[in-house]
Amino acid sequence: MSETKNERVTVLKTHKLFIKGAYPRGESGRTHALRDAEGGLLAHLCTGSRKDTREAVEAARAALPGWSSATPFLRGQILYRLAEMLESRAMEIQSAIQETTGRSAKKARAEVSAGIDRIVCFAGWSDKIASMLGNQNPVAQPFYNFTTPEPVGTIGVISPETPSFLGFLSLWLPAVCAGNTVVCMASETWPLPALLVAESMPNSDLPAGVFNLITGLRKELLPVFASHRDLDGLIACADTKESVGLRELSADNLKRLRLIAPDSDFECDRTWEGPTSFRGSVEYKTVWHPMSVE
Amino acid sequence: MRHRRRLRSRFLSGVHERAVHSRYAYTVALSNPPSPSVWDYAPAPESFRPPIAGEHGLFINGAFIKPRSGKCMKVINPANEETLTRVAEAGKADVAAAVEAATKAQRKWSRLAGRERAKYLFRIARRLQERAREFAVLESLNNGKPIKESRDADVPESAKHFFHHAGWCDKLQYAIPGGGDAKPVGVCGQIIPWNFPLMMAAWKIAPALACGNTCVLKPAETTPLTALRLAEIFQEIDLPPGVVNILTGGPDTGKLIASHAGFDKIAFTGSTEVGKAIMKACAARPIRLTMELGGKGAHIIFADSAIDQAVEGAIQGIFFNQGQVCCAGSRLLIEESISDEFRSKLLHRMSQLRIGDPMDKNTDVGAINSATQRDQIHRYVEIARKEGAEVLESGCGTIPTKGFWCKPTALGGVQPSHTVAREEIFGPVVALMTFRTVDEAIARANDSVYGLSAGIWTEKSSKMFEVARRLRAGVIWCNGFNLFDAASPFGGVKESGFGREGGRHGLFEYLAH
Repeated sequence: MSETKNERVTVLKTHKLFIKGAYPRGESGRTHALRDAEGGLLAHLCTGSRKDTREAVEAARAALPGWSSATPFLRGQILYRLAEMLESRAMEIQSAIQETTGRSAKKARAEVSAGIDRIVCFAGWSDKIASMLGNQNPVAQPFYNFTTPEPVGTIGVISPETPSFLGFLSLWLPAVCAGNTVVCMASETWPLPALLVAESMPNSDLPAGVFNLITGLRKELLPVFASHRDLDGLIACADTKESVGLRELSADNLKRLRLIAPDSDFECDRTWEGPTSFRGSVEYKTVWHPMSVE
Repeated sequence: MRHRRRLRSRFLSGVHERAVHSRYAYTVALSNPPSPSVWDYAPAPESFRPPIAGEHGLFINGAFIKPRSGKCMKVINPANEETLTRVAEAGKADVAAAVEAATKAQRKWSRLAGRERAKYLFRIARRLQERAREFAVLESLNNGKPIKESRDADVPESAKHFFHHAGWCDKLQYAIPGGGDAKPVGVCGQIIPWNFPLMMAAWKIAPALACGNTCVLKPAETTPLTALRLAEIFQEIDLPPGVVNILTGGPDTGKLIASHAGFDKIAFTGSTEVGKAIMKACAARPIRLTMELGGKGAHIIFADSAIDQAVEGAIQGIFFNQGQVCCAGSRLLIEESISDEFRSKLLHRMSQLRIGDPMDKNTDVGAINSATQRDQIHRYVEIARKEGAEVLESGCGTIPTKGFWCKPTALGGVQPSHTVAREEIFGPVVALMTFRTVDEAIARANDSVYGLSAGIWTEKSSKMFEVARRLRAGVIWCNGFNLFDAASPFGGVKESGFGREGGRHGLFEYLAH
């Protein structure tokens, strides 16, 4: 019996969520298909639910005391390690961008480079936030008065649909750099680069729970993120209509809300790598301390 | 369990005996041989020895080359006077070649995007972390400092300095208010001392490179080895040639650098005397200067301090690195009401310091860096004795027969007019003085031509901050001493120099603004 020459059938992967340093399948058991730019089946994705998000927030809350009190130097070291890890996966991320979005190789490569460089940039930010955003206040009383930036706490992050790698990184990096813990929702349409980042997380020494990733549907998850009472902040890329809903729901627990327009230029270094990138990621604490020899 | 309890009770009784014994041991005769101590430790030598080449060239334009001067000099281990290797002594033509290389490299280096420059600095930091043990051993061999200090302080702090400044490269436009077009100064000549050879190199090179400058660095005559090994890392990580050049040599090489017209900036760390000479040598040209010079740090102990912690702070403040520290707390100002208690506790603690082999992990006090330095320290102790101070040498252990050593020493009854209260000794010698009021403490602390560091010990923080405000010094340590961090600016006022190293303020020195 003669065998026909077979074309190799690929191993079809189902990408899982990333919660508390582990990769669970969604609690609801729902999945949806990830297709390439031509409509071919690439993989399956877990459709994250309200309960998945809750578990991710719990993990973020539990990781907060450790991460927010880690020295800024250590946080920088860990982010730099993440850049080291991703540099060696650059090709993989590039082809993920190409396959899913149909972007040219050149553009995809440029996005990967800009993204990894942005991680390096924030590796260098962690021990400079306080010297840049904090200061001594010259009060007219015998007090030593100073203001220091502190992390907001647990922050929900809604990634832009595109650029699926650079845009995703730009939103959560400042938050994690400043000592917050995050629950991220990946780009609904093109989540693959974000999932690859999540796969590198455990190897970058980032403690479990500091970064959590949910894939799923915006219309389901946006209200869940905005109304979750244990998220202290929300950094969300949302259109005008979505933003109205996010503002309304966020008011319930005075969630710090930073809204970003979907057409924002994520390649702009000044906006996304400068001191203002920490908007939504820091609170300010002022301490009055007496000065007297009496 | 029972065994452990027995050990514990022996431990406690040992301390008690020692405390009683020390009452008169110090006041009567410190030259008595010390009694066997419960603190005796078995030797714990660091056995790793990095290979050291027999000869070292100059590091110019990315390569190690033979000196055009044709001269070389011996480098020794100050703990046993054995020769470690020979290094080149850079002459006029060598300085010119290094300046030329740095000048040529500067244009390209400064035009490299900050984020790309950053990656070179991150690479240096990482390699330094990965080769930490080799650097720590080399530093202790060449400098004489205890391995636990080079391992836990010098080398990790140096790596941190590169790491911290790597992060600045792409953020310079935010570092100075209104400094949106921050530009590098240009080509920097940097001359560093022998007390923290690698750390001083890091403090000089990291901010200079971060800001887009290129450097010609001269390590101290006696301690060039870790700087040369750092040059190996520069090669290893493909730092563009000429960005850092390292010239070994003595005072003559230093003079050649200070007077070379090709520099846009001279940064110097060392004695105030040499600092002034360098400023004069540079006077004809409008160049930038940073001077990190001597000090006579006042360490104020108030009666309301946590006394045991304050004793420990005083010990660290003066005996860290054998007291060869520009910011050492060499003047202890103790509030009169606790001075007897403090003094007795201080002397007791001094008796427990282990002096000896720098390569032993238990050693607290290592070798003095050179015979010259040792002689200077001994000369100052003699002056103190002649001027009427009480010399209280620690009886800790026996000092080795070879190498350069000084026992930890306290000087009692020192008056503000005494030489040892005014001049920097740069050794393990602390002057004890007393005061009665806060105003007197501040007046005495500020009564110095120097103003590098000061320390305050009190549990009353309102007093701490007010005293800190009134002290004239660049760095004030509260309930702690000799604290350093790459994110924290360091530097002095008055004749301790000007300019800061570390943190955002340290960048000002390397930016044209």
